[in-house]
Amino acid sequence: MKSQWEILVVDDEEVMRESLAAWLKEDGYRVDTAASGREAIEKSREKDYAIYFVDLKMPGGIDGIETMMQIRKLRRDASIIIITAYATVDTAIAAMKEGAQEYIVKPCNLEEISLLVTRIIKVRTLQRENAMLKKRLRKTYTLNDIISKNPKMQEMFRLIREVASLRSTVLIQGESGTGKELVARAVHSSSDRAEKAFVGVSCAALAETLLESELFGHEKGAFTGAASQKKGKFEQADGGTIFLDEIGDISPKLQMDLLRVLQERSFYRVGGSEEIRVDVRVIAATNLNLQEAVREGRFRDDLFYRLNVINIQIPPLRDRLEDIPLLTRHFIERLSVEIGKDVEDVSEDALQLLLRHNWPGNVRELENSIERALVTSKSRVLTRGDFSFLAQEVEDRDPWSVPAVTLQELEKQAIESAIKRTQGNIKEAASQLGIERSTLYDKIKKYEITRS
Amino acid sequence: MSLIYLTSVGRIEEGLLEILESQLADVFGLRVGCLKPLPEPSYAFDPKRRQYSSVAVMHELMRVCPASGARLLGITEKDLFIPVLSFVFGQAQLNGSLSVVSLARLHQEFYQFAPDQPLLQERALKEAMHELGHTFGLVHCPEKACPMSLATNIHQLDLKKTDWCVSCEILLQEAISR
Ligand SMILES: [Zn+2]
Ligand SMILES: [Zn+2]
Repeated sequence: MKSQWEILVVDDEEVMRESLAAWLKEDGYRVDTAASGREAIEKSREKDYAIYFVDLKMPGGIDGIETMMQIRKLRRDASIIIITAYATVDTAIAAMKEGAQEYIVKPCNLEEISLLVTRIIKVRTLQRENAMLKKRLRKTYTLNDIISKNPKMQEMFRLIREVASLRSTVLIQGESGTGKELVARAVHSSSDRAEKAFVGVSCAALAETLLESELFGHEKGAFTGAASQKKGKFEQADGGTIFLDEIGDISPKLQMDLLRVLQERSFYRVGGSEEIRVDVRVIAATNLNLQEAVREGRFRDDLFYRLNVINIQIPPLRDRLEDIPLLTRHFIERLSVEIGKDVEDVSEDALQLLLRHNWPGNVRELENSIERALVTSKSRVLTRGDFSFLAQEVEDRDPWSVPAVTLQELEKQAIESAIKRTQGNIKEAASQLGIERSTLYDKIKKYEITRS
Repeated sequence: MSLIYLTSVGRIEEGLLEILESQLADVFGLRVGCLKPLPEPSYAFDPKRRQYSSVAVMHELMRVCPASGARLLGITEKDLFIPVLSFVFGQAQLNGSLSVVSLARLHQEFYQFAPDQPLLQERALKEAMHELGHTFGLVHCPEKACPMSLATNIHQLDLKKTDWCVSCEILLQEAISR
């Protein structure tokens, strides 16, 4: 849209000033005029114009070049076009040296001026888009984007800022969906390693041998399929930060390897004999209770203490309800742009519903729910109806709030509601319950459940 | 009551104004009438540029414009300019009542070709639609075939059609009904 750009035309001659302004308006721009250099400087102080047309020769008061230099002081990146008569072209070339972006010799042809304006506006539009993109990236990875007014979270922000530039290992604990990676990135980008790599690895996603080569790399021929040498994540993160997500899931062997890296700051590639030294800050995260895993002997206590030098606990969303309206509006603002929906807000009763929900999937679940609601919404405000899929779940869960039942009673209820949900489809119900179809048949018989 | 008025500024091509009157009534869906001809615009002549100031002609039109709310389009054979540009095909007040079109560069003779009366008539209609469109608040249209697109030379003017593009048509109807 051209109309979002404003142009200032500066000339002491009224006919000259108004006719150029009129033409630019016909071309779709918003245009202001100034009859003197002084007025132009005053106006540029109040507003940043996309383009300044400045006549070189303005007798009495400040001339074009002086005006240009004053504007440049206020607006370092201003696009200034000097207008000059044929006789003073030399002066115009001098003006270019003083920082004019372009000059036009009047009378110039329509094509020239139109192309010039279009080109500058195109560059301006690109610059604006880039600036917005950068701002968004910055927002995503800094503390300011972990949005919260909860006191515990505020305390966590303080902790992150304090420990960011230490080299010590950080252990982040929190339920799934609480934003552990976001916290890890915040630690990284608040640290003096911010310019270096941040490398994330999900330890649960890969089998033991694959994870080993993923982390430490491998030599050519180290195992079947290792056709060439490959650098591991630790090497990629050299100088920066490695984020080991779901650390609670790694095998005893890898626990030992990791312990060695943390102690020695060095390792060997799989199948290699060369010792590789790296300077990497390790941030680990888990949604398991690692202390409990240590007590039960499933996780090495020496590794736990090495990891747990700095401990960051992220509270679940249900313990910080005050953040739900804040986060909801934040996600609406961001996702409506991504999805391309013109939604601005959320209704009061929809918020009430969101506040009542238990959010087992935490912030990520909230984000997914907002996205789902945005996709189907037909108005500028998300309503309770847009979140009907949540209301359904809330109702479904209601029996759970009655605690005094036997396990058998619970099982019977689970089966009954699965059958009801699937309208008697046994195959689907069994898969939802996570049991074999034959087992489900047995239980239906046992509890004398009717299948209608 | 007519809502668009036409007038000649100085002597112009015979019969052109009368044909424009009915064509413009068609494309705007409004009543169009002619005012009595205005004298040669010697007041607007710039001896240095040997052209006529478009701004000065607009001032003269303002003097004779009948009623507020009506549009007045002046047609002249004189080659028009504004100080910063080497020439203009025409000029208009955006969202205003006045506009002017120059026929000087619409003649085939200007480009050393044989006279072509129907082509001149067609170019005049496109230019008149363009400048009057500005008075209804339309700005330059990115659609090259639309009369509201910016023509910087005669070739680009010839690429235009004599129908509004869909979006200009909508904007125009909104402006007219307001
Ligand atoms: Zn135009
Ligand atoms: Zn158009």
